Amino acid sequence: MTALLPRRGLAQILALIVILAVDRVVSPQFFDLRLQDGRLFGSLIDVLNRGTPVALLSLGMVLVIATRGIDLSVGAVMAICGAIAASLADSHGLPVVLAAALGAGLVCGLWNGFLVAVLGMQPIVATLILMVAGRGIAQLITEGRIVTFSSPDLVWLGNGSVLGLPVPVVIALGMLILTGAVVRGSALGLLIEATGGNARASELAGVGTRAMILAVYVWCGVCAALAGVIAAADIMGADANNAGLWLELDAILAVVIGGTSLFGGRFSLVLAVLGALIIQTMNTGILLSGYPPEFNLLVKAVVVLAVLLLQSPKLSGFAGVMARLRGTKP
Amino acid sequence: MTPKAKALLAASATAALLLALPAKAAELTIGFSQIGSESGWRAAETSVSKQEAAKRKVNLKIADAQQKQENQIKAIRSFIAQNVDAIFLAPVVSTGWDAVLKEAKEAKIPVVLLDRDIDPSGKDLYLTAVTSDSVHEGAVAGDWLAKTVGDKTCNIVELQGTVGASVAANRKKGFDTAIAKHANLKVVRSQTGDFTRAKGKEVMESFIKAEGGGKNICAVYAHNDDMMVGAIQAMKEAGLKPGKDILTVSIDAVPDIFKAMVAGEANATVELTPNMAGPAFDVVAAFKEKGTVPPKWIQTESRLLTAADNPQKEYDSKKGLGY
Repeated sequence: MTALLPRRGLAQILALIVILAVDRVVSPQFFDLRLQDGRLFGSLIDVLNRGTPVALLSLGMVLVIATRGIDLSVGAVMAICGAIAASLADSHGLPVVLAAALGAGLVCGLWNGFLVAVLGMQPIVATLILMVAGRGIAQLITEGRIVTFSSPDLVWLGNGSVLGLPVPVVIALGMLILTGAVVRGSALGLLIEATGGNARASELAGVGTRAMILAVYVWCGVCAALAGVIAAADIMGADANNAGLWLELDAILAVVIGGTSLFGGRFSLVLAVLGALIIQTMNTGILLSGYPPEFNLLVKAVVVLAVLLLQSPKLSGFAGVMARLRGTKP
Repeated sequence: MTPKAKALLAASATAALLLALPAKAAELTIGFSQIGSESGWRAAETSVSKQEAAKRKVNLKIADAQQKQENQIKAIRSFIAQNVDAIFLAPVVSTGWDAVLKEAKEAKIPVVLLDRDIDPSGKDLYLTAVTSDSVHEGAVAGDWLAKTVGDKTCNIVELQGTVGASVAANRKKGFDTAIAKHANLKVVRSQTGDFTRAKGKEVMESFIKAEGGGKNICAVYAHNDDMMVGAIQAMKEAGLKPGKDILTVSIDAVPDIFKAMVAGEANATVELTPNMAGPAFDVVAAFKEKGTVPPKWIQTESRLLTAADNPQKEYDSKKGLGY
């Protein structure tokens, strides 16, 4: 457990509790839960359900950022894979639809990884290419329309429930456990951190840094594909113009709120997902509060600033004192 | 030029003059600088423009600007070089048109704006603008709701368009003005759904939770149909019956809202007609033939469409247009 949730998780948990408390104040029924048609119904479930796409994106993003990279294309990859899933949904079975969509995500990840790991491009520029082109590709697939479908299997993926929980939440949880098991159950996580910490030293020490970088971009693409399929299933249609729009920034924010440095190295999957939940708890709170929408972005910015200040070792007096007592630099 | 050629020219000029009225009406060549594929409505506008042109035997040349003003300016210059009879422009932004529109004016080619207006400083540079009145659209929606609800108290939740978009501000203004006359109608919650299905659904979910599981909500007003389609899903998932428990009224009239209407899940929509080119063709033809100068603004009709207006037929007629 200590490997998954290090001491630095305290700031994030504290932030989440504070935001939940604020949500309770602005919306007294925030913690109400009831069963509706066999599924749990309430604002807390909304937070989990609506937070799923960004949580999935952050699972891939955190690994990419741990190698000192960044992936700006995840929002566009969501749009592509959602478009593919929606176009195939009514003519093919769910396995084919999923295979095609996730396969497309894998190819997108491979492309990004190839540009960064093999051609040595700067990650921000390399992934910017697909960020711009990807939405165009998605629009080509949908011909600029919102492609709707009625396949009950795919709809279930977005709106169904398992043991009262929405299916997307179960999928995200499964992905977290799977990623955690693969990355932390083996030396892979350590090798990824080594690649991000010092690629050259790791290379000399025998770490296959190129393979590591390729692998994390591929995984990021697959996570984005899954998020795209869920987003399409949710609205029973693929909206190439808007699906995943600007979500790459939310995913990066979730990773940063989760305490992973953009300079690579140490990372935490659980805290990245927690970061995504913090963002969504805030978003849902804003929607419930009834403030005019003109305030949405302002409130969001202030809260993000506060959360990041909470983590800043220089500004957090408590952490500073503790560090000095321990005789180490914060 | 030889005298023979001169005579020939004069003769053909006379002949052209004699033939001018009927011949020209049948063979208008019009260049249309379209914004690009930004939404389903835009795609529908392009296909309806082609249909209307075919109906009138107008030779319509469409240039897709891919949301870039410089592409539109290039397209207009090339239309001027081809000496077309008129230019239609759906401007991507409202400013920066003076220079190129002056060139069109010098070439004596009338310009008609479609769907959007441009900066007031350029009013004399175009023949007319064919646009809808988005304040009026909001008012039509508000009037329908007031009439349908009658004297009952009605709490309305509103799904706004993107914050800062003029369409969103206008549709809000028109609706607010229309319901202000009725004390029993009140907007209790208003939040932006960014004109998208996904956000419309998310925001509606929160409205339902904030208003006692939806029991306090009597009607939803959405600034576009896409947000309403998302909101309808949210209501259904919350165990509510949209169209019955909660009235719906939205704007645009895209095909999927008629599907919902057929299923009894939506009540009313206000059409933003994709046929802006039709009236523009007529104006240009009248201007070319008789020199009729049209008013500076031609407002398109904002039709109210409800379940009583044969939604299945509306759906069938609209689904092939590219929405």
